[in-house]
Amino acid sequence: MTLAPPPSGPVPWERDFALAMTRDMLRIRRLEERAAELYGERKIRGFLHLYIGEEAVAVGALHALAPEDNIVATYREHGHALVRGMPMRTIMAEMYGKREGCSRGRGGSMHLFDARLRLYGGNAIVGGGLPLAVGLALADKLQGLRRVTACFFGEGAMAEGVFHESMNLAALWQVPVLFCCENNLYAMGTALARSESQTDLCVKAAAYKVPTLKVDGQDVVAVHEAARKAQADVRAGGGPFFVEFQTYRYRAHSMFDPDLYRDKKEIEEWKTRGPLHTFTARLKAEGKLTEEQFLALDAEVAKEVEDAVAFAEACSWEPVEDLTKDVTAP
Amino acid sequence: MKTSYREAMRAALREALAADPRVFLMGEDVGKYGGSYAVSKGLLEEFGPERVRDTPLSELAFVGAGIGAALGGMRPIVEVMTVNFSLLALDQIVNTASLYRHMSGGQFSVPLVIRMATGAGRQIAAQHSHSLENWYAHVPGLKVLAPATVEDARGMLAPALADPDPVVIFEHAQLYNMEGELPEPWTRDIRSAAVRKQGSAVSLITYGGSLPKTFAAAELLAKDGIDAEVVDLRVLRPLDDATIMASVAKCRRAVIIDEGWKTGSLAAEVMARIVEQAFYELDAPLARVCSEEVPMPYARHMEEAALPQPAKIVAAAKGLLR
Repeated sequence: MTLAPPPSGPVPWERDFALAMTRDMLRIRRLEERAAELYGERKIRGFLHLYIGEEAVAVGALHALAPEDNIVATYREHGHALVRGMPMRTIMAEMYGKREGCSRGRGGSMHLFDARLRLYGGNAIVGGGLPLAVGLALADKLQGLRRVTACFFGEGAMAEGVFHESMNLAALWQVPVLFCCENNLYAMGTALARSESQTDLCVKAAAYKVPTLKVDGQDVVAVHEAARKAQADVRAGGGPFFVEFQTYRYRAHSMFDPDLYRDKKEIEEWKTRGPLHTFTARLKAEGKLTEEQFLALDAEVAKEVEDAVAFAEACSWEPVEDLTKDVTAP
Repeated sequence: MKTSYREAMRAALREALAADPRVFLMGEDVGKYGGSYAVSKGLLEEFGPERVRDTPLSELAFVGAGIGAALGGMRPIVEVMTVNFSLLALDQIVNTASLYRHMSGGQFSVPLVIRMATGAGRQIAAQHSHSLENWYAHVPGLKVLAPATVEDARGMLAPALADPDPVVIFEHAQLYNMEGELPEPWTRDIRSAAVRKQGSAVSLITYGGSLPKTFAAAELLAKDGIDAEVVDLRVLRPLDDATIMASVAKCRRAVIIDEGWKTGSLAAEVMARIVEQAFYELDAPLARVCSEEVPMPYARHMEEAALPQPAKIVAAAKGLLR
């Protein structure tokens, strides 16, 4: 496979907005790099799925949405929670399994929930969030609310029957769902071409008469502009929309994955298209960012990460007496 | 007022739709067809296609959409045509609906009602005759109901809808044509088991489609001078231990009647609880009458042989009284 050249060209944004986007991508990157270290130190356990390499998708897409919109995400959702507005402290505490985490330590890395942010998980069954998103959007439509439900999922979910059922329901009922496919080319270790007869993902969505866009997911500008267009269409009552963000994860599927199913060379090639450095290079070329400013930003983010770690360390454990609390309403 | 189980359930649905604009019914053929068991007949005309919503044959997605709609502020009633097809939706029920409250640290609840027909007895063979109530009753986070009388068909839906958590309602297909008096008031709780017939010699504990068979068995036992008590579990999760144990303590003998297969059955759970909580009240070993461990055959005599029947219940009860 020949890769497209790295994202380039002018950034059509105000400097402040461009820096905010840089900052959010950097926050995800540094949070997760630290999380990986903490995993090695056995502070974070269980499954940990890193989003490193895919940051432009969550940042570009979520900045196109409104606070009243609903977000449904997957088990690779630290970035989505963070960009949506969940404090890094809360995320880190959840990954530690502490009571001050967003889900009281019951969910961990894969189950970040926040009712206030309308973040409905953190769903760790592949494809599990898709019908949920259709239902949230149906509820909004029935109540006359002009919300968009953004549903993130990987291309692996498109092999699940529930993808097809959900796409059909959304289109049949014309409910406001923005389907955001994060196509990172591998469903755990299985390459797209090894699992799908039709590798053009937009064709699958189009089969349900859902409008589609195919976007370079490593280019935060392209991601954001596509998401803006798609969400406007959905919000205006145009029914569901499907956007394929073509991206790549630089790290293994999870911390348990020895990553034996792809060429190191392929990973290195994709790194030349990294969402962060290509974007900052463009900003620098336009004089919107200097290396010094970038380093200052990075230092600021590093501080936020260390503060989150210190917070999580100091947090408390949920008392065992609360084990059966919130299984059902009291 | 005399009414059928089907009409009682329809009246409950109509009342729920009329009372709360957040309530809507969706499922396969609930609207234009009138419901595969004619439960929702006429509701489309009365409430329109938004609120009596026909779905494609996509059990996984429309149950998931029901969960999403519940999270989004609605009070959906999802009808899965039968328990057999609910297996296609098991992921959303078990991996999403039942877990969301706990997994989110109490932030989200899923006020969803899922109704489905269950059970055998109509010669519709192996793939349409399952009785898998115990699969759902196994799962923390769900409430599982089995209305077995006309008044429960009328009275259990409203509290199920008022419940903030997911509730699964099993309607045994053999009960729909059953007629009975609907006493006033017909409001019912979704917490307790009910003693349907007082007795003293043996406690017959059952639920759902096996209740009429258990009544028939109690009548046969009465002819032989054996005064059986009949307990209708009504709520399969959480089980009402107190009512079960009180009946066992009174009768000192118990037979559990359950249309599920014996291995890993709900009957096994009830028996285990009696052993844990009322062992020293017993004057005889516990007994149970379950379905034979075979896929349900089509031929009538074979199907009858596979299912709990009054004669089997009578034999099991008499076996404890020797």
